[in-house]
Amino acid sequence: MHEFLLGAAAFVLGTVALGLMRLLRGPGHADRMLAAQLLGTGGVAALLLLGVATGVGAIAEVALLLALLAAFASVAFVSGIHRPDGRGNASGTAPSATGSPGEHRRETA
Amino acid sequence: MTNALIVDAALVLLVLGLALWVIATRAAYSAVVGFVAYGLLMAIIWVRLAAVDVAMTEAALGTGLTGLLLLGAAARLAPYETAEFDRRPGRGLRVLIGLLCATIALGLAVVVLLLPEPAPTLALLVADNLPPTGVENPVTGVLLAHRAIDTLLESVVLLPALIGVWSVAADPAWGGRPGSLPRPPASSALTLLAQVLPPFGILVGIHLVWNGADDPGGKFQGATVLAAMWVLVLIAGLREPPAVRERRLRLLLVIGALVFIGIGTSGIWLAGAFLAYPEGYAKPLILAIEAVLTLSIAATLGLLLAGPPASDQPTRKTS
Amino acid sequence: MRLALDILTIVAVSLGAIFFLAGTVGLLRFPDTLTRLHALTKADNLGLGLVVLGLLPQVSGPLSALALLAVWLLALLSGATVGQLLAGKAAVPDPDRAQTLAPVAGSRHD
Repeated sequence: MHEFLLGAAAFVLGTVALGLMRLLRGPGHADRMLAAQLLGTGGVAALLLLGVATGVGAIAEVALLLALLAAFASVAFVSGIHRPDGRGNASGTAPSATGSPGEHRRETA
Repeated sequence: MTNALIVDAALVLLVLGLALWVIATRAAYSAVVGFVAYGLLMAIIWVRLAAVDVAMTEAALGTGLTGLLLLGAAARLAPYETAEFDRRPGRGLRVLIGLLCATIALGLAVVVLLLPEPAPTLALLVADNLPPTGVENPVTGVLLAHRAIDTLLESVVLLPALIGVWSVAADPAWGGRPGSLPRPPASSALTLLAQVLPPFGILVGIHLVWNGADDPGGKFQGATVLAAMWVLVLIAGLREPPAVRERRLRLLLVIGALVFIGIGTSGIWLAGAFLAYPEGYAKPLILAIEAVLTLSIAATLGLLLAGPPASDQPTRKTS
Repeated sequence: MRLALDILTIVAVSLGAIFFLAGTVGLLRFPDTLTRLHALTKADNLGLGLVVLGLLPQVSGPLSALALLAVWLLALLSGATVGQLLAGKAAVPDPDRAQTLAPVAGSRHD
């Protein structure tokens, strides 16, 4: 069983690594992100297989952490794909984002 | 065993290839996505090297938070990308830089290859001196008992970093709310995720800190998860980032370092040395420090991601 | 009993691995972002789900099993959310994809 699980981990990892071709080819940001997301899920699956195969419980926690933060990273990346002005963000530190300058002149400690 | 060797070799080749591609690719956004994939592979490699603590840190920082930071930088630099490319240094200079980098890599490789055969290690020493600290995870033992000064400086250094970020704020915006996070248009799916995920993430974060005493995990990994959950809520627009002039926020930022320094200083009288723990109290004190530091680090990381103060107004447009 | 559980593991993990393969092939071969997204979610949900299902009989206690299930639920949640967000983006014309198959994506999925 040990060998089988290790083999499965290697297979899954190898497969999703092939998916990285999409990262190279694009063409759009969304496509590249999909490749990273597939690598994330495949990495999580490979880690779970590896953890059970080697009996190290903490590996499952790395997988848990990856799954949790993969969600966060994906959201961040999707949010960053399309920015209407093509610049940093909707407001940013550009002075235009603030209202009249006067109301910001307050005492700051 | 040979199977494992093939897998490891494949991983190494893959990570090297990806690293080369990240460096060679011109579009910043693609490079950032590649870098996140690279961090993910590195986490798996650390697991293969039986360094689960490092794998967790890499998984937490390398994939989630760094990705968001780099993405923000890439988006900000996008308008200048082509102009910068036209102004790149000449071929000679680039070859020179490449040669110097190759020399450094070669030097490192030589050092690794020339290590004496049982590699010099302090692992046995750490294992022998672990019981008095009361913790079972050697990494936590080293970080908070044997090399506590390093950890103290590490957690304090986040504060200057945050001050550095804040200091690039425009004058009128000083003291206001950070505004560098991406602002996607409101969407019910995102709102749902930002409502469902954080309770779970907070649980995992606390679990990592608590478990860090005896198993892989610890304050940095836990704090990263907490910060990620906070930033997710901010990105979804469920909460506004706090104005940086708030007293309570600033107290939260420094309390970890203050408690650490306070306990460390009291060690001078109670245990005879700065950052030494009195006999028998090492574990509760370490846990207390970890708990407060977690809060401070989480707040600091979250604010680092949120960027410099931009405005006093709620930054979200109603869309 | 042990044998039956082991067979379940082998079957489920193999199926999961096949779904990962299918997801990758889809990601590489499908013509536009939305169809690739479709392929990816199969790998995310079913591939990881089957791997988790196959691993359940092999773990030591209910807590480890719970952790496995939690990983899968997290992946489901994030996969679904990201799918929604990305699909919304794909409908918006992207400067990078102006010369690619964006119109096809629109007509095929509307």
